[in-house]
Amino acid sequence: MATIAGTLTQPASSGIWSWITTVDHKRIGALYGVTAFIFFMWGGFQALLIRTQLAVPHGVVIDAKLFNELFTMHALTMIFLAVMPLGASFTNYLLPLMVGARDVAFPRLNALSYWVFLFGGLLLTSSFFFGAPDGGWFNYAPLSSKQYSPGPGITFYAVGLLILGVSSLMAALNFATTIINMRAPGMTMMRLPVFVWMSLIISFLLILALPPLTVALLQLLFDREYGTHFFIASEGGDPILWQHLFWIFGHPEVYILILPAMGIVSEVIPVFSRKPLFGYPAIVFAGVAIAFLGWAVWSHHMFTTGMGAVPKTIFATNTMIIAIPTGVKIFNWLGTMYGGSLRLNTAMSFSIAFIALFTIGGISGVMHASPPVDMQHQDTYFVVAHIHYVLVGGAVTAIFSGIYYWFPKMTGRFLDERLGMLHFWLWFFGVNLTFFPMHYLGLLGMPRRIYTYDAGLGWGLWNMVETIGAYVLAASILVFVWNFFKAMSQPQTAPANPWDAATLEWATSSPPPEHDFDVVPVVRARDPLWHDRDHGIEPAQPTGEHIHVPPPSYYPILIAAGMTVMAMGPLSHLALTAIGAVIVVYGIWGWALEPTE
Amino acid sequence: MTRIRSVRSSLSRRFALLLGLSLLLALTVSCDAPMSTAVIKGSDNAAIWGPYNLIMWLAGIVFVVIMAITAIFTLMFRERPGREAQQIHGNTRLEVIWTMIPVAIVVAITVPTISTIQAQSAPPPADAMKVIAIGHQWWFEFQYPDLGISTANELHLPVDKPVHFELRSADVIHSFWVPQIAGKVDMVPGHTNFLTFTATEARPEPYLGQCAELCGFSHANMRFRVFVDAQSDFDSWSKSVAAKAVTPVSPLAKQGQEIFNRSACIGCHTVNGTAAQGKTAPDLSHVGARTTIAAGILVNNEANLTRWIHNSADVKPGSLMPPMAKSAGGALSDEEIKAVAAYLLELK
Amino acid sequence: MAQAVAHGGGHVTSTGTSNRKLMMWIFLGSECLFFGSLIATYLIFAGDVIHRGVGPFPHPVTINGEHHEGILDIPLTSTSTFVLLMSSVTMVFAVYGAQHARPKMMKLSTLATIVLGVVFLGFQAFEFATFYHEGLTLGTNLFGASFFVLTGFHGTHVAVGALYLASLLAASFRRNGLGHEAGEHMEIAGLYWHFVDIVWIVIFTIIYLIPSE
Repeated sequence: MATIAGTLTQPASSGIWSWITTVDHKRIGALYGVTAFIFFMWGGFQALLIRTQLAVPHGVVIDAKLFNELFTMHALTMIFLAVMPLGASFTNYLLPLMVGARDVAFPRLNALSYWVFLFGGLLLTSSFFFGAPDGGWFNYAPLSSKQYSPGPGITFYAVGLLILGVSSLMAALNFATTIINMRAPGMTMMRLPVFVWMSLIISFLLILALPPLTVALLQLLFDREYGTHFFIASEGGDPILWQHLFWIFGHPEVYILILPAMGIVSEVIPVFSRKPLFGYPAIVFAGVAIAFLGWAVWSHHMFTTGMGAVPKTIFATNTMIIAIPTGVKIFNWLGTMYGGSLRLNTAMSFSIAFIALFTIGGISGVMHASPPVDMQHQDTYFVVAHIHYVLVGGAVTAIFSGIYYWFPKMTGRFLDERLGMLHFWLWFFGVNLTFFPMHYLGLLGMPRRIYTYDAGLGWGLWNMVETIGAYVLAASILVFVWNFFKAMSQPQTAPANPWDAATLEWATSSPPPEHDFDVVPVVRARDPLWHDRDHGIEPAQPTGEHIHVPPPSYYPILIAAGMTVMAMGPLSHLALTAIGAVIVVYGIWGWALEPTE
Repeated sequence: MTRIRSVRSSLSRRFALLLGLSLLLALTVSCDAPMSTAVIKGSDNAAIWGPYNLIMWLAGIVFVVIMAITAIFTLMFRERPGREAQQIHGNTRLEVIWTMIPVAIVVAITVPTISTIQAQSAPPPADAMKVIAIGHQWWFEFQYPDLGISTANELHLPVDKPVHFELRSADVIHSFWVPQIAGKVDMVPGHTNFLTFTATEARPEPYLGQCAELCGFSHANMRFRVFVDAQSDFDSWSKSVAAKAVTPVSPLAKQGQEIFNRSACIGCHTVNGTAAQGKTAPDLSHVGARTTIAAGILVNNEANLTRWIHNSADVKPGSLMPPMAKSAGGALSDEEIKAVAAYLLELK
Repeated sequence: MAQAVAHGGGHVTSTGTSNRKLMMWIFLGSECLFFGSLIATYLIFAGDVIHRGVGPFPHPVTINGEHHEGILDIPLTSTSTFVLLMSSVTMVFAVYGAQHARPKMMKLSTLATIVLGVVFLGFQAFEFATFYHEGLTLGTNLFGASFFVLTGFHGTHVAVGALYLASLLAASFRRNGLGHEAGEHMEIAGLYWHFVDIVWIVIFTIIYLIPSE
């Protein structure tokens, strides 16, 4: 039964319990964002330790074991606990608003995704107390076997990624269903905001890419704990199988990290250029093409493993073809800026910086798509430069753009523009100072993942420059944090549509009410608010219709706790897995029988 | 400066099309960089730099163009009083054009890439010398099956002679890489990979090699050296390695041999013609003739050898060689370690 | 304009399919890759036992003139496969009963489906125990490893399905049964159940019917 908003037992609007039991996509988005940002700073701290160790030859700040743990955990933290969930934070908050829905398709499942993410992240991070994983985020067999990594680290890796995978899978199923099924009247697929399109593509990438990783992790777990030899060559297993399964996941994962960024800048650039996105269909289809091609390129991570000439040729060609849709996107963003009236505020500055920095990462990516070139690039700092231009210069820069852009919508407050520009410039210089010299170091033959190096190789100067750059980046983050707290202490003054933007999230108040829209908007064009503005269409008035708000539930956090206990089984005793399973089954029962209407 | 000039001349000899080096390349080779991939001293690296040059130039052009457009648009279309944004939704002709630009670039780099892949996977020439390189945690073993010799961490090769490598691993995945001579190829347990190249310049100082796949704690300390010698020098080297290990002369070294032979050493190390026939650690028959120890991380001298034997993990974290000194939990006194070091240094 | 279609319980969706059913379909797409990866692993390693000559072997083979029996009991597993296939038939009746307001038919068919699923699991437990006694474990060889992991995870899916159906059955004894969306609930459960059956047909064909080379 639908109920009039306000007459149902309303969730308490504040207090810890209200956050623990919330099923509101906006609150869950906020939880994702804050949690992921804390993990982001933690991953950044790990990076600072790494850079400090490498500042000079024969660094003595940390030892070999801790260094290996740090670069492994830095990657895992940044990829799975920071950038992916930051993307999920935007998706959670904005997706229903952008398609004109009152929530995601499965609000409780959404809460469950968050809690599993949080507990999984904490479980993985807690490995530092017992011996963190130190085999790299790619964790190649057989270094990951019990024989060569007897500590608990790799098992933490396996169970940690398994439950984070469950979290991502649930979120992806939820988002895909929401986008396909919960669009407002008139919101056809080709009117979806590009950010929503990218979220849909990412969801399908996750849905299809996570299972191979899950299988690889289960096989790793069985190899380590239950006596199988899937990856042990001396017993007939094959370490290369791990690489295939891992990269079949791992390459789509790269697009999972970068496509939200492309979605964000595709929203920001038109708004601050004061004109519609150039070539909307091309941008959408380019995104789809990247996602499709992304399935046929995984072996370019394995060019040096002894592949034959034919697979090398095929995977190299497929990889290079990805440059085409990527190039189309870059040209379309530039085309959007052309002839515009650019408002160069912080959000727009970050988006323009994204174009430049991401292009650099894209270009270097095409370079090592060529297998002969990759034989010199693979496992050197050139590749480190490439991934950091894509993920830091690309993904994270766009995320900052999104934060400045949607902050008034999410909080009703504005981030300070002067501090914002300081943050921007420190970030822009920091990224280039830290990561551009890595190209040189790669050409100079510096391998990745080495905790020490000799003097006299020509690497000292650039390493020092990079370390300074890393501290500049850290300073820019501090400026942002300061800006955040400063803004949060201000009164909520933001109007519904402060930027004169075109998409539906700006049709409701800032911050939006719990039920998102008083009246579900009707969409008449690709840029609905601009269309209505130009055609003098007034928003519909509330009719007093019945608005159903899903009640809070504590089952999500209960089931998430159960799953975490299950995951701890292989680390200690399988009895924990059984206990956890009982909690999960009990939780699902309660969940199923809980009234939601 | 002479270095720059010599590098430049060798490059332009090989690539007639190369008009000059970009700033990037100049920076890469201008400082003293013994592991620079842009210094070409072997046939495989020369093959790689065929497509590499083209791709680097195209990448440079794309970089400059996109950066310039981004910067110009940003400045040109800034918000100004009276400026109205043009409401353009798209332009099919333009979009087709800028789809075709990357298509053309991709075709341009795919063609030389494929021909280089073909060249690199061609069967080795019949006169190629065979070397079996085996990665261990954390050192390299080199066997010359044609010559019946074997050595560790210091590879000797004759100049201008094709060498066909069989790459294997004894434990985890490693990667064989001598940047100036050849691209890297992984050493994967359960698989045998191949790499063929010709070193093109003999010189007294070694080429530096390093493991390029994470292989555990001391991945950073898994290095090797490649000495490219004139054929005659190589022949005399291989003859000396084929010979039985010398009998120590000095009393200290004699005492060292006696200690060596009754200690744990012989379980893992080989010294030709003695009781030491272990196979899991580097062959020490001629260790005194090597310039470095511990997989290229320490100069081979008495002080370093003593330090190494004392407790190798102090030098190389995770080292599988147990500590030998009593103070570190081993069985040998400091005097005994000194004697062993003296013995090893005499094994020229 | 996206079509807005009112569905069963008054939920309005863009496609006309309910959210839950849509999500189950997408989820099954994900499951395809899960089993696909496990099956690929099995195929990669199925021949390894013969190359290495380390038994027990799945099918009868002759290595170096010596004949080895196959460990797989094809008649037995054909029987259990038949049982699982029959459970799909009863599942169809259960969905039909739920959709056409015939609660008794729905309950009995659901019960039959659960029982058949549990019988299948019984066969599997028997098979695993027999293999264990004949010396095939996770660590014996890669056939053992990939066989147990693949069929074990399939069995887990059957078990989860049985639990799922048992929950629906138990809930159907409440005062308003499964409510006005009973047909929908049973149909979604049916999608999952049929999927697990179809996967078994693939697994059965690959492991039991195709002799390894």
